[in-house]
Amino acid sequence: MADTDVQVEALHAALANVADRLAAEKTYLTELDSAIGDADHGANMNRGFQTVLEKTEGMDGEPAEIVKAVGMAIVSEVGGAAGPLYGGSILTASQELDEGITAETSVAFAEAYLEKLQDRGGAQIGQKTMVDAVTPAVHTYKKSIEEDDLPPLEALAKTVDAAERGVNFTVPIRATKGRASYLGWRSVGHRDPGATSTLIILEELLETATEYLDGEEALDRDATSPTVPDDGDDAEEA
Amino acid sequence: MKKLINEPADVVDEMLDGMVAAYPDQVRRLDDIEVLVREDAPIDGKVGIVSGGGSGHEPTHAGYLGEGMLDGAAAGEVFTSPTADQLQEMIQACDGGAGVLCVVKNYEGDVMNFDTAAELAAMEDVEVEQVVVNDDVAVEDSLYTSGRRGVCGTILVHKAAGAKAHQGGDLGEVKAVAEKVIDSVGTMGMALTSCVTPEKGEPTFDLGDEEMELGIGIHGEPGTERTDVMSADEITEHLTEGVLADLDLDEGQEIVTIVNGMGGTPLSELFIVNRKLQEIVDDHGLETWDAWVGDYMTSLDMMGCSITVCAVDDELKELLAHPCDTPALTVRD
Repeated sequence: MADTDVQVEALHAALANVADRLAAEKTYLTELDSAIGDADHGANMNRGFQTVLEKTEGMDGEPAEIVKAVGMAIVSEVGGAAGPLYGGSILTASQELDEGITAETSVAFAEAYLEKLQDRGGAQIGQKTMVDAVTPAVHTYKKSIEEDDLPPLEALAKTVDAAERGVNFTVPIRATKGRASYLGWRSVGHRDPGATSTLIILEELLETATEYLDGEEALDRDATSPTVPDDGDDAEEA
Repeated sequence: MKKLINEPADVVDEMLDGMVAAYPDQVRRLDDIEVLVREDAPIDGKVGIVSGGGSGHEPTHAGYLGEGMLDGAAAGEVFTSPTADQLQEMIQACDGGAGVLCVVKNYEGDVMNFDTAAELAAMEDVEVEQVVVNDDVAVEDSLYTSGRRGVCGTILVHKAAGAKAHQGGDLGEVKAVAEKVIDSVGTMGMALTSCVTPEKGEPTFDLGDEEMELGIGIHGEPGTERTDVMSADEITEHLTEGVLADLDLDEGQEIVTIVNGMGGTPLSELFIVNRKLQEIVDDHGLETWDAWVGDYMTSLDMMGCSITVCAVDDELKELLAHPCDTPALTVRD
């Protein structure tokens, strides 16, 4: 139970960090979207995560239940394409956390998230969409955990790097999927907004995980929890 | 721009309440969301048929609620997809135990939100199937879609699938009928003016007094070609030839035609178009089994029209002739 308590606490902290950061980047994301989309991504994501905070506030059940509530809040509030892509993928992937958050289930979550994202949006890598950030992130996370046997925090740091390379990869290419594809070659030179918001979320998850997995303070705060599980709260990633 | 509205943000909400007040025996509203359902939904043992999308296309979709057509219609904001949780509530409210068919127009937001809704409903043990209508022959990909847009041909899907469900068809049979219509139908539209959305309050695109757009969708998105204004006959030729080239029908094929108004064009002009349309299909050796003329799927106050042609066989003829009773379409025995 203590493990779960810490995970839930970390989850709430992560959501708060993500929401704060999206609020701060609202204008930037909308500027990116106005160049190649319909100029609502920043406002949508900000509104969505404010709703996430409202809906999850005080929830102290299983982590999977909280993650499911996150997906549902996004689905209800964001709409458009980003709502089903982010919210629907989180909803589906949340089932992978039914047994709790471990290194194993967090990889399963990440893979289920990517699979649903591609299935729903029909996008493949190289089409200038959020898939370009999520795909390398998920593959890197899986490899780091399963093959390289890295501690979750290091795995997550590598995941953020991979996502960042993915975002940079969207700049020079031409969009062939999504709203930006209508612009054809005029989409070249712009950073994809969905890939960018994905990176922002991952960065905040890393920030939170660092606080909870690396800091001795986090341990001291919870006397009933002698050790924070080393396969802990990284599973919200992707 | 002058509009008969109060606050732009209240347009959909007030429109739905007004519709319920106009047809209290036929439709009711689900609590707190922008969804209308048949007054008697869910119907025990009948496959539910639901549709939906952005508002601004009235009488699509709620106008087709009733016996022999739709069980549920979700109204997103103007030209904006409804959210998945609203669609899920609609699906569950229309499930009489035989499952629900979602008829979706091919717009990315609509498709993704319906997909998510179907998954949510499936988690609640509702059997859900989906068809995506993509009848617009003008574009392969557009501002809003991968692949062709779904436009006025959707009404024929509602009609045929609705009839099949009313006759007691199971979910697979109802879906098969819907897919048969989708495989048989093509549409192309044009605009003389842009529409004006309540939020924006000004035309979505600028057209000179002497210009028109061919190949438009139903959201005020630009067409495929801008030309000088042509005569009604020339416009009809252009649209009809575009649709017929895509469908590639054999001589003697029976068809249903629709001349659909985009919201701002009087019926008199739609009849003028229909007169020419029938001449052209006759010249192609096609047999018009039924010709519909009216505002079936509009784009707010846009002036213009679309032409739809659907090949029909005995099964589709029987289903399209099957009685239905809805605010916007009634077929009697």
